[in-house]
Amino acid sequence: MSDVTLQIDGKEVSAREGMTILEVAQREGITIPTLCHHEKLEPFGGCRLCTVEVDDRGWTSYVASCVYPVKKNIAVKTRSEKVDRIRKTIIELLLAHAPDAFELQKLAEEYGADRDRFEKQASFCIHCGLCVRYCDEVKKAHAIGFVDRGIRKEISFIPEIAAQVCWDCKECFPLCPTEALQAAYVLTKALYPPKTEGDPKALGR
Amino acid sequence: MDTERVDQIIDKHHGEASSLIQVLLDIQSENHWLPKEALERVSQRLQVPQARIQHIATFYKAFSLVPKGRYEIHICMGTACHVRGAQRILDTVQELTGIKPGETDLDLKFSLQTVNCLGCCALGPVMEIDGKTHGKMGTSQTADVLKSYD
Repeated sequence: MSDVTLQIDGKEVSAREGMTILEVAQREGITIPTLCHHEKLEPFGGCRLCTVEVDDRGWTSYVASCVYPVKKNIAVKTRSEKVDRIRKTIIELLLAHAPDAFELQKLAEEYGADRDRFEKQASFCIHCGLCVRYCDEVKKAHAIGFVDRGIRKEISFIPEIAAQVCWDCKECFPLCPTEALQAAYVLTKALYPPKTEGDPKALGR
Repeated sequence: MDTERVDQIIDKHHGEASSLIQVLLDIQSENHWLPKEALERVSQRLQVPQARIQHIATFYKAFSLVPKGRYEIHICMGTACHVRGAQRILDTVQELTGIKPGETDLDLKFSLQTVNCLGCCALGPVMEIDGKTHGKMGTSQTADVLKSYD
C-alpha cells in the first residue's frame, strides 16, 4: 500500500491509498458533519452532508467525502461558503422529513438552516440507511430493509425475522439520527400480533 | 403457484443469486403477481435475504405483491392520446370493469393501469391489453375489445 499526500484545510496529511477523505479527516481531528457514516459499515453516501470542496490540479468539485477516495496532491476544503450553502440546503430538506430530530436541529443552528423552508412531509426517516446496513453488515440478520422507491421509500421490518431476533438486539435503535426506527418497530409489533388467528396470509405482507 | 413450479423456475436459472430479478420476472409473468410463499422459497433457494427481495420487488413497477388480473389493461394518458380522447376510453373501461386505475376486479380478470406513453402516438388513443396494442379507440370499440377477453 503506497501512501499519498494531500491537503485538508491547508494541512499536509498523508494517507494510505483507498482511504476516503472523511476517514483521513477524522483521523486528523477535522470534523466533517455526517448522518449516514458509521465506522463499522461500508460507506453509503446517502445523506451528502459530508460534502466537501476538492481542488484537483485547479479543478474544483464538490464531492461526498465519505465515498471519495484520497488522491495525490488534492486540496480539500471542509468549509467554504459554497460547501456551507450546500449543507444548509441539505439540512433544510432533511428537516422537512424530521423536523424535531435533535441532531438535525443542532446542525441547523450551526449552518443557519431554516426549519420551515420546505413544506413538512414528516416521515421521520431521512433514509440514512444506518439501521438497514447495520442489520445486514454487522448483525447479518437482514431483519429490516428499504421498500418502495423515490418519495415513497421507507424502512420496513420483515415481520417473521423481526419477531425472532429484534427483541433481543435493538442495536439499530441508537444509530437512528431521528428516532424514526423506534416508531417503525413499534408499528411492526402492532401489525404482527403474537397470536396467529385467522388467515396466516393476512398477517404481515 | 406451487413450490415445485417456483423451484423449476429457480433451477432454470441455475439457482444463482445474481439471477434474482430474472427469477422474479418469470414468476411474475406466469402468476401475474408475487405471492409471499414464492418469495420465501426464492429467498431460501437463492440465499438472498427477504429484506433484499422485498426491496427489489417494491422498487420495480414490473412486480406486484398483490394479486393482479389475468389481463392487464394499460391505457395511455400521454399528450397525444389525451387530446384524442383518452379520458373517454378510461371512463368507458372503468364503467365496464368497475375498477379504477391501480385496481383489480374481484374475479381477477382485469387489472387497470394508466400509463404515460406507449410510444405509438399516431395510433392514439391507445389501449394495451397484455401487450397487445389496440389503437384509434372509440368508446364502442373499447367495449367490443373488452368483451373479446374472457
